[in-house]
Amino acid sequence: METRLLGYIDGRLKEKEQREMEKHLAGCPACTVRVNEFRSVSSLLDELPQIEPSAAFDVRVRARIAAEPVKQPWWSWLGAAPRVLVAASMLLLATVWVGHRPADSNNMASSNNPDETQIMQDQDLPVLENYDVLANFEPLTELPQPVSADEPTEQDM
Amino acid sequence: MARTDVQLMLDVKAGDEQSFALLLHRYRTPLVNFLYRMVRNREQAEDLAQEVFIRVYRARADYVPSAKFTTWLFRIATNLALNSVRDTRHQRMEVSLDAPVTVDSEEGDERPLDVAEKNPNIEEHLVQEAQRDMIRHAIDKLPEKQRAAVLLHKYQDLDYGEISKILSCSESALKSLLFRAYETLRVELAPLVALRGKS
Repeated sequence: METRLLGYIDGRLKEKEQREMEKHLAGCPACTVRVNEFRSVSSLLDELPQIEPSAAFDVRVRARIAAEPVKQPWWSWLGAAPRVLVAASMLLLATVWVGHRPADSNNMASSNNPDETQIMQDQDLPVLENYDVLANFEPLTELPQPVSADEPTEQDM
Repeated sequence: MARTDVQLMLDVKAGDEQSFALLLHRYRTPLVNFLYRMVRNREQAEDLAQEVFIRVYRARADYVPSAKFTTWLFRIATNLALNSVRDTRHQRMEVSLDAPVTVDSEEGDERPLDVAEKNPNIEEHLVQEAQRDMIRHAIDKLPEKQRAAVLLHKYQDLDYGEISKILSCSESALKSLLFRAYETLRVELAPLVALRGKS
């Protein structure tokens, strides 16, 4: 009941609680005294005057606000650079187009007809032969080996 | 019709700086007063109030009106004030031992007592100031959380739900906190209450 005393003094109790408190106070002199004392304390607290913020207060707050970095969403740079936005869109479209492009029409046909697949492989044979030639080309093996980053160079030594 | 705090804050979020100026104008005085009564130093209170507004401004982009604006505002203020009071508690104790007798004018200037002050009702003024000092000291004696609860309850006209959110406690815990605070104030201010009863 005692925690409701302040609510009763402030008039913040619900209607039902208010009635219960009034009924209690009618039969409880101790709580009635306490209510009166709390009312006196509350009146004393009312006597403290308010202070006004200094004239410099607003100026200082506004200065600090003005000094705050402008916070922008991560995508705002796109709006600031429309060319970049267009280029990024084009790149995205190109990527999607390449990714979803149907496989080479020749290959499509080959999957349906085994004979044509053989013909295709025969057509590619010269390229494969050239690969063998290049892979085993002797003069190329005489070229100096690439230097690894971990290995010390002559200059280091 | 005046825009609500939430509407103003949403406008600030949308980039309207003028709405922030309106919020500043609306809450500068209650905030500075609350903080002044918490920390008992005007300069410090204004510094803390500035910090509150800056934090509100910085958080504008993430603002979601899930609670009353005042709950959010005073929660920031209370946390800053409690930290400040705890940080400076020992410092204040050391200073108070050596401090000269002063009159706190409530304008925030802790100025030395000047008996030769040109005031036609000097005696009445001094009595009134002494009584106000007594009230201030009674509030100062409260533990920080009880003090914050009393100040929010008495001077900011916030309801129990809001204050309990600000202080991160349940409503029943808040009511108990307030009751204990008023009990302490009742004892501390009993001489003043008795004096008023006689006059």
